[in-house]
Amino acid sequence: MKEDRSIAPVLELRALKKSFGDNHVLKGFDLQLHEGEILVVMGKSGSGKSVMIKCLVGLMQADAGVIRIKGYNITELGQTELDILRTEIGFLFQGSALYDSMTVRENLEFPLRHHKEKLRITETNEQLVLEALENVGLAEAIDLMPAELSGGMKRRVALARALILKPRIILYDEPTTGLDPITSKEIIHLMRNIQKKYKTSALIITHDVDCARVIADRIILLVDGVNYIEGTYQELIRSDDPKVQAFFKT
Amino acid sequence: MKGPENIRSRAVSFFTEIGEISYFALRFFREVFRPPFEFRELIRQCYNIGNRSLLLVCVTGFILGLVFTLQSRPTLMEFGAESWMPSMVSISIVREIGPVIIALICAGRIGSGIGAELGSMRVTEQIDAMEVSGTNPFKYLVVTRIVATTLMLPLLIVIGDTVALLGSAMVENLKGAVSYQLYFNEVFDALKYSDIVPATIKSFFFGFAIGLVGCYKGYYCSKGTVGVGEASNAAVVYTSMLLFVIDFIAVFVTDIFFEVQ
Ligand SMILES: Nc1ncnc2c1ncn2[C@@H]1O[C@H](COP(=O)(O)OP(=O)(O)OP(=O)(O)O)[C@@H](O)[C@H]1O
Ligand SMILES: [Mg+2]
Repeated sequence: MKEDRSIAPVLELRALKKSFGDNHVLKGFDLQLHEGEILVVMGKSGSGKSVMIKCLVGLMQADAGVIRIKGYNITELGQTELDILRTEIGFLFQGSALYDSMTVRENLEFPLRHHKEKLRITETNEQLVLEALENVGLAEAIDLMPAELSGGMKRRVALARALILKPRIILYDEPTTGLDPITSKEIIHLMRNIQKKYKTSALIITHDVDCARVIADRIILLVDGVNYIEGTYQELIRSDDPKVQAFFKT
Repeated sequence: MKGPENIRSRAVSFFTEIGEISYFALRFFREVFRPPFEFRELIRQCYNIGNRSLLLVCVTGFILGLVFTLQSRPTLMEFGAESWMPSMVSISIVREIGPVIIALICAGRIGSGIGAELGSMRVTEQIDAMEVSGTNPFKYLVVTRIVATTLMLPLLIVIGDTVALLGSAMVENLKGAVSYQLYFNEVFDALKYSDIVPATIKSFFFGFAIGLVGCYKGYYCSKGTVGVGEASNAAVVYTSMLLFVIDFIAVFVTDIFFEVQ
């Protein structure tokens, strides 16, 4: 059983709470991501998935709860330590978040600026950028501006940027939302290849059932601010709970 | 009536805003001297600012000098005091009109640009993306821009003043048959350190204010594209107000240091 691993999880959330005024978004959310695992978090639009993942990397301040990355409690870390820890995490934003004013190449080089020495990366920037772009099949777009890319290409460049520091943990916020089914499949395929090639752990947020079915080792349903149910895809589709069925039976 | 309550809540939000901007400025001073430094980005920002506003500053300066001289001529002639023209024009432009007008133009040009740029970066999560990639976005985006405006504004003001004086000299040359050489000799005779030094110090503060407010408004832009427009608009309005406040204080301080001798 996956849950019984004795080694510590690479990512851990305990009793995470976050409210915006009277809007109690997260009410005690728990999550554990183990080494090499692909964990999918599903939930309705507006259920707080993006809020959860932003608390996880420290972009948002949680109201209560414990957040551990590789065993470090991130609320106790100073800015420098947090920055170093963040280089081990790749983050794919829901809206890609490419830097408009830079070319694709400069976008990919950006994370390399301060951290190359610390991570003992020996390849040149050029090699790293090309390798990352080849991983997502967009080597020819290297000198384009983000405005010249389609939505799917942007997503892939963003993925390449998230991977450039060879992170051990990758967080994907809705990697397939807003893309056509074929491009979605390509992105899912890419995520799996990356997983195999670099043996990373991944946390994927999605409401795309297909994506969850293909890729997930384990699924957590986020309903009403808590982890409502947890299990493999096969376990969840057999559930009788109406809230769970609402997701999978359409 | 909702009137008084409205006024009170507005006053509260006004003072909250002042507090927040002060905190933002404090954070700037904490980070500006702490490595790593973003020199390349700083140079790029300086270039951008100069490039974006040089032509505008020159055109405005030229017209300012031209019009100012044309308007003052009849009055001075009435008193038979045309020969005072160079000293009068140069002192008023260098001390007051030049810095203020050019700073206002730059607030419109640079301040709004910074507000919109950072605002849209905030809204599209680009600032968040910088943060998770282990770069301090405050340092990379805010510190460089504020330093750049602080350094560039005095330069732009010197250029604008010079062009304004050229415009003025041209009018004198055409209408009063004063040679350029004579005009500028008079100008340099009239200008004292006590005119130039305070004006230069003042322009550093103007530059700082433009960068600070633009960055503050953009960096804390509320969600959505509407927020971006508001950020860029508010940057201009607040900066313009702040410029006059700084000017007032500067004149006050200059008075104490330079006149009472
Ligand atoms: N900065 C914020 N200020 C106030 N409320 C916020 C903020 N960010 C998110 N919220 C609220 O938190 C709730 C959850 O938002 P979140 O973006 O996490 O949803 P989501 O699960 O990611 O949805 P989607 O699938 O559409 O991306 C929403 O009700 C939203 O109104
Ligand atoms: Mg979301």
